[in-house]
Order: sequence, then C-alpha cells, then structure tokens
Amino acid sequence: MGMTITEKILARAAGEQNVRPGQIVNARIDWLMTNDATTHVSVDLFKHKLKHPRVFAPNNTVFILDHNVPSETVNTTRVQNIMRGFAGEHGCILYDGEGVCHQLMVEHHVNPGQLVIAADSHTPTMGAVGAFGAGVGSTDFTAAMVTGSIWLKVPPTLRFELKGRLRPGVYARDLILTIIGDIGSDGAIYKTMEFGGPALSALDIDDRMVLCNLAAEAGAKNGIIAPDEIVSRFLAGSGRAVSAQDFLQSDHDCTYEKVYHYDLDKIEPTAARPHFVHNRAEVSVLEKENIRIDQGFIGSCNNGRIEELRVAAAILKGKKIKPEVRLIISPASRQVQLAAMREGLTDIFLQAGAMVVNPNCSVCWGACQGVLGPGEILISTGTRNFKGRAGSPDSFVYLASAATVAASCLEGKIADPRKYDGKETK
Amino acid sequence: MKKNEVFSGRVILLPDDVDTDIIIPTQYMTLSAIKEMCRYAFSPLRPELAANICRGDILVAGKNFGCGSSREQAPEIIRELGIACVIAESFARIFYRNALTNGLLVIEAAGLAEHVKEGESLTVDMKENLLITTGGKRLGFAQIPSRLMEMIEAGGLVEYYKELNGVKP
Repeated sequence: MGMTITEKILARAAGEQNVRPGQIVNARIDWLMTNDATTHVSVDLFKHKLKHPRVFAPNNTVFILDHNVPSETVNTTRVQNIMRGFAGEHGCILYDGEGVCHQLMVEHHVNPGQLVIAADSHTPTMGAVGAFGAGVGSTDFTAAMVTGSIWLKVPPTLRFELKGRLRPGVYARDLILTIIGDIGSDGAIYKTMEFGGPALSALDIDDRMVLCNLAAEAGAKNGIIAPDEIVSRFLAGSGRAVSAQDFLQSDHDCTYEKVYHYDLDKIEPTAARPHFVHNRAEVSVLEKENIRIDQGFIGSCNNGRIEELRVAAAILKGKKIKPEVRLIISPASRQVQLAAMREGLTDIFLQAGAMVVNPNCSVCWGACQGVLGPGEILISTGTRNFKGRAGSPDSFVYLASAATVAASCLEGKIADPRKYDGKETK
Repeated sequence: MKKNEVFSGRVILLPDDVDTDIIIPTQYMTLSAIKEMCRYAFSPLRPELAANICRGDILVAGKNFGCGSSREQAPEIIRELGIACVIAESFARIFYRNALTNGLLVIEAAGLAEHVKEGESLTVDMKENLLITTGGKRLGFAQIPSRLMEMIEAGGLVEYYKELNGVKP
C-alpha cells in the first residue's frame, strides 16, 4: 500500500519506512516558529518552570513579531521584549516587523518535505510548498524547543481533486471559502486536506498558500499540495536549492479517507457571513441585500500577497473609495510591500483613499490596528470572522477575496467584483 | 483528576463552534496572569458566565469546541475557573491537545447535550467511562489512553516532563 505526501513526510521525520493514519509517531522537527501572540507564555514555561538551559536547535527556531506590530501599549512592548531578549540570549532567528509569520516562513525558510511545528493555528500554510505544517499551543511548543521533536498522530487524508480554471473575478480565496462552506468548520478536524488535480498548474504559490492556510478553518491538522515546477521555480527565485527527493508525491495506491471533486469553472465569488467561516454566501446574493460596510481590510496570513494586491489595485485604479469607508491594506511582508511600491500599486491605493500600513496581522487580529466599534461591519481578507474577532463583540465580519473587498469599498456596500473586471474605468 | 475517580458537577451548557476568541477575546491576552483573564472568559457569548462558574462545574458543549487560534490561555482559563472537565460532541484539534498538556480533562461524547439542562448535576465515572445524567441516562465514552491520563493527573505536560524525563528545575 502506498502513502500520501503527508504520511511520507511524517514517516521520514519519524525514521520509519511506513506510517498509517492513527499511528502515533515521534517526529523530528525541521522548523519551529512562534510569534508575539503567545511566545511570552512559552518563554515563561521554558525559563521559569522547566529552567531548561538551551534551545535544542536555535538555528531552526524562528521568533517572529507580527501580531501587535508596532506595539500599541506599554504592556505589549513589555511582553514583546521578553521575546526579543530570549531570542538574543539563545541565538534563535528573530524577525521584528518584517511581515506575517507564515509568509516569512515560506519566503525564507521552509522547503518541500520538511516538518514545521509552530505556535500558531494557521501553520498549515506551509503545505503550499509541499511541507507539513501544524499548529500547537505554548506547552507543546516549549517541549519541542527542549527536545527538537514532537509526538504526532498520523492524520487520515481528505483529497480535494481540482479541475478546470477559475473565471475572471474569481480567486483561490473564493474556492476555499466554498469548500469550507461545503464541509463545515469541523469538516476536516484531525485530518489532512490535500489539494491536487489538473487545476493546480494554474494556481501559483500565493494561491496555494490561500488554500492551505484556510484548511485550519475546516479544523484540518495540515493542508498540503504536491510540490511541482511552480514550487521549484519559486524556490530557485528565492535562492534555495532543494533535492528532487524532497519533492514527495502521493502514491497512486495511497488511501484517502474521502475524495471531493471541484470544477473551478463553477466557483462563484464567495464570502462568509458573520460569525463563522462556514457561513458561506455568494457575493452576488450579498450584493442584493445592500449590506453597508464601515471598513475593508486586505492583508493577513491568508492574503495580502503581491498577486492579491495586484488584483485590488486593478479594481481601485483611478477611482475613489466611498468617503465613509475605511480601507486598510497591510502587505503580507516587507518584500511584498517593496514589490507593491515598485509596481506602483501603493500609489494606486493611496490615491484611491486607502490606508497602507506596515506588514503585520493588523485588522485580522483585532488588537492593534483598525479595531471595530459596536455595530460596525467589516469586509476582510482575514482568516476568521468570529464574534468579536476584529474588536467589539457587537461588530460583524464578512470574509471575502481582495477583489470583493476592493469593489465593496468603492460602493460602500458588499459588491460583486466581476463588474470591475477588464478595462472598465468609469 | 484521578484515573478511577467518580465525580459529579453542575452542568453549564454551551453551543456548537465555541471558538477561542469567545473563550478569551484577543484584547485580554496580554494581561499578565491567567487569573486576571478569567473574568473575561466566554464574555462575547455570555458576559455573566465567568462570575457564576463554581469549582467542579462541568462544561457540556456541541461540536468543534475550541476552534480557532492556538492560544493556550483558553484551556488554562477553563482549568483556572475550576471547571472539572469539558464534554463536547467534538473538539478542535489544537484545543484538545492544549487541554491535555495543561491537565484539563476533555471528553468526547456525542449526544449528551440533548439529555442535560443547564444547572442540572452530571456524574462522570472515569472507571467505567460513563456519563450519568440526573434523568438516569447513561452514555459511554472512549477510554482516554493511560499515558495521556497520567499527564492529566500530573497537572499537564510540564509537570509530567519533570517527572518523566528528569528535566528538573
């Protein structure tokens, strides 16, 4: 019997020939990552409870400040300084305000076939380059910093077979919101979501990160896509050489718990209504409901990459957002922000009336930028629309693509982006 | 919490998809102590709840309890509030793992919510792996593996490691 990509990565990391779903393995970790949302908890456990002298592999342990950046309170700075101090003391890699954690891991570190454990729920993002990424809490993370390994239960795999091509105005974001609407926010609990099929050849790394990242919102342990030429070109572009044997593929005779089929030609612009990611609604339906918005957000670990910024800029070019709407754009990393400036996208955003802020979790995290007041409505490319996620417990968050957010900000209400496709400049 | 204990507690009933932003909203996460965060627990859903929780109460929830962020403060707060255990139709995986590593007993049992009311007493028999309602309904649950139970008994992974691996302070 063959194995899936995920099973192969876990088998390799555990030093086993074969692994099967349900089996518990002790796996060697290639990369550990933690951010300023919870690192102080891990540092406290490590230093004061375990009193452990050293980090197992500091050169493969990455500390990223991205959640409350730049700091908004004295207390946040105090907590962040605990993290900065520990990284310096133990020689861990530190990124301070460089971008959103998962984006930086893919941009700079993670290669196909690797195993990544991070103290953040959206770690499945790593599957975009054919790596296994799973989120854990602070105690598991601390134990992994001590031992360099972690126990993991091998997950069963759900296969999402994708064919066809997304039509103009429809993006990977719409596809994954559609899938989560179908399977529910618990549809993949404890499981792997493996995306594959002929449609992948038209989905680049940015799109793949969108799919794998939001697997977390279906409860998945990891999301993964078989690495191919697109991954190989991406890695070469960022100066990383990878051996062909790390490009693991699922065997033809591997076992999938279930196979889902999606025809991308049939996907519509899709949103999630408050307060659950699985509350799917077609944008064309929402448009008819005349839902006024107070704020738009483009950014987060799910979005805010150069492809999405290009899409938003194409819609906003030469136009003005409604004066009563606030549009906040946070590029996913400094690299993305620089590219957006070079391509003139930042000019377009600023001229359209948007606020372009530094790369960070921003509005998606609901703590340091663009926090919502009672009764306010946000349309966002963020990861979650839970009650209170972006501020007041009495506010409302709709999730949608960058195109839908841009179109909605132009109209002051949730709007279908397809009417702005092409050369229309009215 | 002991392997073979039989205990009873007052039921607090929660819906499906109780996420970690509900268990502890983002804006309170930089408070310096778990004790300070406790008063805001579940506040977006039920602002009155945290103040009314008594030691030994049992949370009975629907499916996908603890979905969302990896914040470990979520199970820590529930334990700090004195909740004896959380019983849900299903748990989000990171929450489930975090609960065990923090010594909070979590039990997966389908169909309990329809047989209990808020405020009623519920009995948990860890020896027989049984839940017994006031109305006399008996529901089984899967045995928690002994190694995980030892970790819960030790008070979580850190304490367990200290005992097991000799990583002594």
